[in-house]
Amino acid sequence: MSIKKRWISLFVENDVGVLARISGLFSGKSYNLNSLTVGTTEDETVSRMTISLTSDDKTFEQVKKQLNRSVEVIKVIDFTDVPIHLKELMFIKVNHCTEKDKQEIFRISQVFGVKVIDYNPTTALIESVQTEKRNNELVAMLSSAFLNRIEIVRGGSVAIEAISLSER
Amino acid sequence: MQISGAELFVKALKAEQVDTLFAYPGGQAIDLFNALYGETEIDVVLPRHEQGLVHAADGYARSTGKVGVCLVTSGPGATNLVTGIATANYDSVPLVCFTGQVPTNLIGNDAFQEVDIVGITRSICKYVVTVRKREELGTVIKKAFYIARSGKPGVVLVDLPKDVQRAMGSDEYPEKVEIRGYKPNTAVHIGQIKKALETLKRAKKPLFLVGGGVNIAHAGQEMTQLAELTGVPVVTTIMGKGAIPTTHELYIGNIGIHGSYAANSAISECDVLFSIGTRFNDRITGKLGTFAEHATIIHIDIDTASISRNIVVDIPIVADAKNAIVALLEKAVPLHLKEWRARIGEWKVQHPLRMKKEVLTPQQIMEAINDTFEEAIITTDVGQNQLWATQFLELNGKKQLLTSGGLGTMGYGLPAAIGAKLGNPKKHVIAISGDGGMQMNIQEMATAVVYELPVIICVLNNGYLGNVRQWQEMFYQKRYVSTCLRYRRSCAAICNSPTGECPEYTPDFVKLAESYGAKGIRVTKAEEIEAAFQEALKNTKAPTIIEFIIEREVNVMPIVAPGNPLSSMVLESEEDAV
Repeated sequence: MSIKKRWISLFVENDVGVLARISGLFSGKSYNLNSLTVGTTEDETVSRMTISLTSDDKTFEQVKKQLNRSVEVIKVIDFTDVPIHLKELMFIKVNHCTEKDKQEIFRISQVFGVKVIDYNPTTALIESVQTEKRNNELVAMLSSAFLNRIEIVRGGSVAIEAISLSER
Repeated sequence: MQISGAELFVKALKAEQVDTLFAYPGGQAIDLFNALYGETEIDVVLPRHEQGLVHAADGYARSTGKVGVCLVTSGPGATNLVTGIATANYDSVPLVCFTGQVPTNLIGNDAFQEVDIVGITRSICKYVVTVRKREELGTVIKKAFYIARSGKPGVVLVDLPKDVQRAMGSDEYPEKVEIRGYKPNTAVHIGQIKKALETLKRAKKPLFLVGGGVNIAHAGQEMTQLAELTGVPVVTTIMGKGAIPTTHELYIGNIGIHGSYAANSAISECDVLFSIGTRFNDRITGKLGTFAEHATIIHIDIDTASISRNIVVDIPIVADAKNAIVALLEKAVPLHLKEWRARIGEWKVQHPLRMKKEVLTPQQIMEAINDTFEEAIITTDVGQNQLWATQFLELNGKKQLLTSGGLGTMGYGLPAAIGAKLGNPKKHVIAISGDGGMQMNIQEMATAVVYELPVIICVLNNGYLGNVRQWQEMFYQKRYVSTCLRYRRSCAAICNSPTGECPEYTPDFVKLAESYGAKGIRVTKAEEIEAAFQEALKNTKAPTIIEFIIEREVNVMPIVAPGNPLSSMVLESEEDAV
C-alpha cells in the first residue's frame, strides 16, 4: 500500500456547518489532512473544496466513500492522477531589510517568477502564486537568506482539471 | 393561510404520520408544546429523563419500522440526548430529534440554556441542521424525515430556535423533497449478483453471514427462502440474529468473540463467505488477518463505506439487503452440501452452547422466556445479560430482539422496552437487564407505570458489573476494580472474590418496584422461574420487575481473548472444565 499525497476536488452545499462536517470527518476518523481550501462557485449555492491528504490506498478509498455518503456532499472527484492546474497563493514579508537585501529580494523574485507587491524602506512583501512544492522551495531559500526575518501566510492549494495538459 | 412555526411543526408531524411523540418540555420548546395542546392524533409521551426518552423512541422505531420522533428543549435537554442519538445512529435506527434553541439573535451569546447541539452531534448523526428562517421550516422537516428513513437509516437532528417557532408564515408542508447530494441506492447490479452466484455454485463449504442490515430491511423471510433454496447454512451477527428462525436446521448460531463453537468454526473453515448487511465489526472478526482466511468473500451492503473497510472483499454488491436477496432468489440454484452440513452438525453436537448447572442460571431464564412467550419483543441492556440473551434466546418472525449492538449502551433495555410497548401494545415486551444497567435509566419505571405499560423487566442480579468483572478475572489476574456493586466503605479495600457475607445489595429491586407502583418478584431458584413469569403476566396494567439472583461470578462462555483469532476460542471457564 503506497502512502502518498492525494488530491480531491469536492463539490458541497454552500451551507452553514458543511465545512465543520468535512473537517470533522478528517479529525474524527484520523485521516491525515494536509490542506483544505473552500470557496463558492459560479453557482452560489455550491462551494468547491480542494483537499490534499496523505494516505495509503485503502484509507484513501475510505475517505472518498465517507465523503460521498455525506448528505451535504454533491460530488467527489479524485484529482490524484489526473492532469490539473494546481496553485497556491502565498505572501512572504521580509522585515529589517537593508538596501542590499532588497536588491537580492528583487533578483530572487525575478528568478522564481513571483512579484514584490508592496514595500517600504525596511520591508518587502512578495506574492507568490505557484505550486505548493515551488512555494516550499522559495520558503527554504528565503528562510536561509533572511533568517528569522520572514513572515509567511499560505492559502492552501486550489485545483481545477486541465484543458490541454496531458500531465501535471 | 399564515400559521406559526410551531403549528407547522405539528402539521408536519401529522403529514409524516407520527402517532407517538417522545417529548420533554422546557423554556425553548414551550411554544412547540403549546401547539400540541389538546392534540388527539399524536400521543405525546413524557418520559422522566431525556436519555430514557431517546432510547424509548429508538425502541419504538426498531420495533415498528417507523421513524422515532423526539422533542426536547435546548441546552441540557438537548445534551441529554447525545448517548441515545449515538446508540441509534450506530445501529442504523431512524430517528428525528427536534431540539428547542435560543432565539437566533441570541445564538452565540452564551444565553441561558444555549448549547451548540448541532456542533455536538454532527459526528454522531446522519444529518444535523439549525432552522434559521421560518420559510425554510417545512422543507427542512420534510428533508429530515426523508433522510432518517431512506438509504441506510439514521438519526437526523433539527434545531429549532424559539423565534422560528413563533414566527408566522406559510402553512404549506411540501410533499416531496430533492437533495442533490443524497440519492439512496435502490438498484441492484445484476452483473455482480450473477458473479456472486457463480462463485457460490463452485463452493464446497459456503456460508451465509447475516447482519443487522437484513433485519432493518425486513428481509428475514426472503433470507430464509434463499437459505432453503440453496441449502447454504447460516451464521449471524448479534444484530442479524432472528433473520432466519434460530430453530431452523440451517441456522448455526452467532459468530464473534462470544459466538458458538460451530458458528466460529464454520467461519474459519468456509470457502465462500456470503455476507449480507454487516460491517465486520471487531467484535465479530476477532484477529483480522485470520477471519475467514480460506474464503472468497462476497459482501452485500447498502453503505459503500462498509465494503472493504475491515476485511478485503472479493465481490462487492452495493444494495439494500431485501432488493439484493430478491434478485438472488430469482437466479439461485440448489447446491449439494451434504458433507459440509454434516461437518457443521458434528461441531454443534461436540460443543453446544450450554452453561454449567447452578441453582439458577441465565440459560434457564432465557429458556423460560423461549417457552413462555409465543410472540414477543425482547430488549436487552448491555453486558453479560445481553450476551446470554443473544446466545440462548430463540428468535423468529414473531420474536424480535432489540439490543444496542454497535455502541453498547448500558441503560438501554428498560426505556427501549417502553418505546416498543407503546408501539406494539398487543405484544408482550420483555426487558432483560443486569443490576448495573437497570440503575442507569431506572427513573423510567415511572413512565412505564403512568402509561400503564405491562412490560416485564428481568434483572439478572449478580452484584457485579459482570462483563468487566469477567475480563478482570480472565485477562487482568482477577484484580477486581470498581466492578462490585455490593461494595461498601466497610469492605476490605481489595477483594477479589465474594465472601458470601457481602453487604446487602442496594437498591432492593422488589421494594423499589413497589414504590413505583409496579410489581416486584424475587427469584432465587430455577423452580421459581416459570411461576414468576405467570405472575407477571397477570399484572396487565403495570410493569413487573423480576429480580433473578444469579451466581455472582458466572461467565459468558465461549470467549475469544482480545486480539486472538476466532478459532482460538476458550470454551469453558477453568474451574468448569471437566
